Amino acid sequence: MTKRIIFGGVAILLVIAAAYASFFIAPEERTMGLIQRIFYFHVASAWSGFTAFFLCFMGNLLYVWKRDQRYDWLAVSGAEVGLAFTTVVLITGPIWAHPVWGIWWTWDARLTSTFVLWLLYVSYLLLRTLIDEPDRRALLSSLFGIFAFLDVPLVFGAIRWWRTQHPQPVIMGGQGSGLDPTMKAVFFFSALAMHVFMLFLVAERYALEKMQTEADFLARELEAQ
Amino acid sequence: MSLFSNTGVLLSKELRTEFRSRELLTTTVVFILVVLILFSFAISPTTEESREFGPGLLWLAILFAASLMLQPCFLREQNNDTLSSLRLAVSDPFSIFLAKLVANTLFLLLTELIMLPFFAIFYNVPVLPELHWLILVLFLGSLGISVAGTALSAISAQARMRELLLPLLLLPLLTPVLVVSATVTVSLFEREPIVKGKGIAFLAVFDIVFLTALWLFGEYLLEE
Amino acid sequence: MAPFILSPTGLRFEGIDKRYGGLFALRRVTFEISAGEYAVLAGRNGSGKTTLLRIAGQLVRPTAGKLSFPGSTADFAGNPRPGYVGHSTMVYDELTAEENLLLFARLQKVESPVARAEDLLREVGLYERRASLVRTFSRGMRQRIAIARALIHRPSVLLLDEPATGLDPLGITWLANSLRELNRAGCTIVMSLHGESEISSLATRAVRLDAGNVIADTKTGASLHDILAFGAA
Repeated sequence: MTKRIIFGGVAILLVIAAAYASFFIAPEERTMGLIQRIFYFHVASAWSGFTAFFLCFMGNLLYVWKRDQRYDWLAVSGAEVGLAFTTVVLITGPIWAHPVWGIWWTWDARLTSTFVLWLLYVSYLLLRTLIDEPDRRALLSSLFGIFAFLDVPLVFGAIRWWRTQHPQPVIMGGQGSGLDPTMKAVFFFSALAMHVFMLFLVAERYALEKMQTEADFLARELEAQ
Repeated sequence: MSLFSNTGVLLSKELRTEFRSRELLTTTVVFILVVLILFSFAISPTTEESREFGPGLLWLAILFAASLMLQPCFLREQNNDTLSSLRLAVSDPFSIFLAKLVANTLFLLLTELIMLPFFAIFYNVPVLPELHWLILVLFLGSLGISVAGTALSAISAQARMRELLLPLLLLPLLTPVLVVSATVTVSLFEREPIVKGKGIAFLAVFDIVFLTALWLFGEYLLEE
Repeated sequence: MAPFILSPTGLRFEGIDKRYGGLFALRRVTFEISAGEYAVLAGRNGSGKTTLLRIAGQLVRPTAGKLSFPGSTADFAGNPRPGYVGHSTMVYDELTAEENLLLFARLQKVESPVARAEDLLREVGLYERRASLVRTFSRGMRQRIAIARALIHRPSVLLLDEPATGLDPLGITWLANSLRELNRAGCTIVMSLHGESEISSLATRAVRLDAGNVIADTKTGASLHDILAFGAA
């Protein structure tokens, strides 16, 4: 229990520190001004979300191989936390775009791909709610999770190619295009902070799933008597 | 090899069943037709716009139709538990998938070819000059749709709300196919048709990735 | 009905467990059926009979334990394939009786599939209806095509899950006679039932399951009648 509190405390402190750094340490960007600072959250969230989905994928593969329900707990935790971070990305994108471009959405390659990624994992979670038996749910959602994750590079690749055919305004400019050294440092620190926070959330969600499964099991044992 | 001979036997069963009733084919053709017509009511495109948007709308219609057409794929096998007898009889469970996905690709392709003249007329699209390329794109795209659809149909058949679930799982997964196929198709109908080699290669890669994934994980999809 | 079975095969369960999400459908089930026996699995609904038969048929993987077929010379693909007759017919309604049998014969690489399918159709009394769609068959006919399908590859072990359900007395007599003949030709029969009937009277062995556990076995002294009539519920 204390370990969890410490982990949580560290994670939150890091995020606060990263926020501070984003607002007060990073220099102001020439053209976009204040709103550009959202970049630190936006991209850090994207990377953390992606890592969470990767954890889900690992859980999926390991479950299919070993059939240990703990891998399924990891998978669902990774998916939910990943989805939360991805939602942040989809919200911060338009928040940036509106003051800068005057529009809420452009079918920018990365944002569009992130949106499809979001849909895929919403489907993953939805599939889980539609299967009652725990072993079946774990197996079938793992198999879908594997297909979904294999699809991700194809989605990003296809949409990027599509955008080269029909160029559109790009949110936040090219990745890391001419970031000054302080900005780079703040960015990597934000990415680190977000990852630690993400891992904390995954661990918490895992613990919750574990308790839920155990409670369900006890409930069913009682019913059987 | 046993896999291919089993696949051949199963494929002929799939084809025989469908051609006997022709239910899937007729409903799919009509569905795509209706969707295409509704699109033009909703958008009222000019001739130029038709040519530009038409292919995208065609692929969208194909995707919607496929997500409906693929539902019975494994649901049918639940009727008399024929999935169990197939599993008992075949040496490699992948042959069950291979037969179904080949059948589904053929059905989709047949539907598309039937639709093509209607599409060309309603959307004023010059289909004939680049017909061979068009058929290649239709084939690669339909194959991708079938591979993913057959796999996901095996999953959704085991869940609740399976009629809604399959499109929900399938459509986001097939975004790459939609985007690339539509773009390549548009380029074939332009004033100066260009063949987007990269796009075609991409579709082939998509097909190979999912075919491989299905080969690796197919038997787990059929587990009880 | 069947030609003499070349390699009489038994069925052995060792410590079979099957869990579904934490609840046990089968617990440490251990017993062996010898080659050529005519065995009956008795038990109430939900006792695990269907699960055990599906494990024996290799349709379901046990959570733990081992399944083996002593005496088998593997039929094909290195795997002894028991014949399995389940609750459903496991044949296609939209195909004819003949088409169905040919399908399964070809998939399992049966020699001279056309001749084999015809022979079986004659044996189960469906030859006249060979070109009719299975959809048009009565309950009794459906059971017969189901059994024909299970026998197409000449299995040494035949598994049947409550095969008498829904059959009229004539159908039950036909079934009992067919199973007797098969057993005489060397086929090991393992069948689940819930009560006594014309079919169970032929049994040389019975095992009773309750809540996934083996609670009685004629091998260890219980009487056939007791096992079948237990609780009568």
